[in-house]
Amino acid sequence: MGEQAFFIAILSSAVIAGTPILYAALGELITEKAGVLNLGVEGMMLIGAVSGFMAAIVTGNSWIGFVMAMLAGGVMGLIHAVLTVSLRANQVVSGLALTLFGSGLSGYLGKSYIGIPVAEPFRSLPLPVLGDIPFLGPVLFRHDVLVYVSWGLVLVLWFFLKRTRAGLFLQAIGENPGAADSLGIHVFALRYLYVIVGGMLCGAGGAYLSLASAPSWLENMTAGRGWIAVALVIFALWRPGRALVGSYLFGGIDALGFHLQAAGVLLSHFFLQMLPYIFTITVLTVVMAKRGGRLAAPGALGVPYDREER
Amino acid sequence: MAMAVKFEKRLNPSVAMNVAVPVLSVLAAFVVGAVFLSLTGRDAIEVYEAMFKGALGSQYGLSETIVKAIPLMLCALGISAAFRMQLWNIGAEGQFYMGAFAASWLPLTFPELPMLLMLPGMLVLGAAAGGLWGLAPAVLRARWKVNEIITTLMFNYVAILWVDYLVYGPWKDPKGFNFPLSAKFPPAASLPTVGDSRIHFGLLMAILLAILFWIVFEKSRWGYEIKVIGSSEPAARYAGMDIRRNIYWVMILSGAVCGLAGMAEVSGIVGRLQPGLSPGYGYTAIIVAWLSKLHPAAILVVAVLFGALQVGGFFVQTMGVPASVASMLQGAVLFFVVGGEFLTKYRVVIDRKEAA
Repeated sequence: MGEQAFFIAILSSAVIAGTPILYAALGELITEKAGVLNLGVEGMMLIGAVSGFMAAIVTGNSWIGFVMAMLAGGVMGLIHAVLTVSLRANQVVSGLALTLFGSGLSGYLGKSYIGIPVAEPFRSLPLPVLGDIPFLGPVLFRHDVLVYVSWGLVLVLWFFLKRTRAGLFLQAIGENPGAADSLGIHVFALRYLYVIVGGMLCGAGGAYLSLASAPSWLENMTAGRGWIAVALVIFALWRPGRALVGSYLFGGIDALGFHLQAAGVLLSHFFLQMLPYIFTITVLTVVMAKRGGRLAAPGALGVPYDREER
Repeated sequence: MAMAVKFEKRLNPSVAMNVAVPVLSVLAAFVVGAVFLSLTGRDAIEVYEAMFKGALGSQYGLSETIVKAIPLMLCALGISAAFRMQLWNIGAEGQFYMGAFAASWLPLTFPELPMLLMLPGMLVLGAAAGGLWGLAPAVLRARWKVNEIITTLMFNYVAILWVDYLVYGPWKDPKGFNFPLSAKFPPAASLPTVGDSRIHFGLLMAILLAILFWIVFEKSRWGYEIKVIGSSEPAARYAGMDIRRNIYWVMILSGAVCGLAGMAEVSGIVGRLQPGLSPGYGYTAIIVAWLSKLHPAAILVVAVLFGALQVGGFFVQTMGVPASVASMLQGAVLFFVVGGEFLTKYRVVIDRKEAA
């Protein structure tokens, strides 16, 4: 394989490996913007992956699977919202509960689906003209439709946060819910909404694994990607564009390990598999050290809103 | 007549609720589990009955329940130390594996050592490795405020892959027919057991540590310091407490106890290093710790309950029910506990006057 072909292969698989993380990171970004920390991403992705996969097997239609995954992720989000918004529960522990429950339930539900192939997984759909550009074409424009959808999402979310009134409200309830409340913004309702929307995107990220990139179901197949997505939101400083770049960076590390192994590099594949995790720790540390521990995190992130303590 | 439901903050957390919530949470989780069991075409009562009988209905089941409870006790105690300071160490799984790895090094390298040197050596090595694995994220947290939840979790994957690497590579038993297992430990490296059961010395370790934890965290000055830092960092700093040093020591202690769990498992049960040593003890222990409100005695009791759940889960596999039914139930328990804490902090008041 030529040098250029090798690079194209790595970068192209970086996009594929980064896409599930991107969906989940965008979901987490929305939720955190609303002031709610969601550490259940891993569990939501697993539930999305398994329910999407099951629905696709039963109906033979991967789109139905994808929608089911989002619904299931949304239900997980609803549970998190009830616990953290209404019952003012500890957001860290509620998120952990989501992850543990999601991992157990998905393992239970998916047991009999291990090893079954999907009838119609999302296949690559080269874009006309763009797909023929040398180098960039195969890297960016010969993927499945969900990759293109994720770019649309990044744009929409960026525009929403920067340019719309509703986007401003979203940031307000995450920055200072008390002030937002006194302006007549429905803090509780909006927090519910954005926690659920965030859960739906996490579900979508899981479905991308089981219906497009794998495509198959394996117990705990997310292998920490949900947690990497949580880390990525910090790395992205809560900006959608940076989340996109970050996702592909992580995808690239993932892909690099895989391709180095295929190219016969002598390092044990166990060490190559460690790369994304070590990279996550390193990147987080660098970001924090560079900013002296101060981040532009939403002001009320992790704090339940209590109207009477306004 | 209109009614309005209001929530009033309790002045003191309700003691009755502190007991009722965990108990009701477990029951509620079983109801949720029953829904999923029924939805997937299984008889929930039958499954639960089989789980119960499997875990507690025979001498073998009971002893297996204790065997599974030992690592849960140790990991939950370790986790509780960090949680007291609001340090979210969810790296017990990795600290367990590092403890198992370091403890295994001694018998694999010096198989001739007498038991009196071997076992204490393994204990020290296991605790040290777990403690160092806990210290790493603590340093990142204390120096640069790197979120310890994410880093401790990432370190879990690294530790598991490290043990995989060893048993598939340099530590693979040459006489092991190419299975990913280390050589078997010499007899001097096995923790003593109770009679001819598999219940080992780790149980005594857990009980002694629970007593020690109770003294340290409830009675000592240091324990008080940890409590203050956990409830308000600015107040602690104002009182002149060294927060950074406390983060280091608490995470070392937390990791060391989880490392001991790994040591006890390889020495007391498995007798060698192998992949998949833990079916998620480090994660289940988080639930155990939270359900116990971080109280050492409660941890011992709840760990036995969760050990039973684990054994029950293994048992119903013969009925074709996936063992993950146990982890599903455990996750659901945590949901209800977390949600139910609302009832310990707030009083539900039904206002029968004109609703606003």
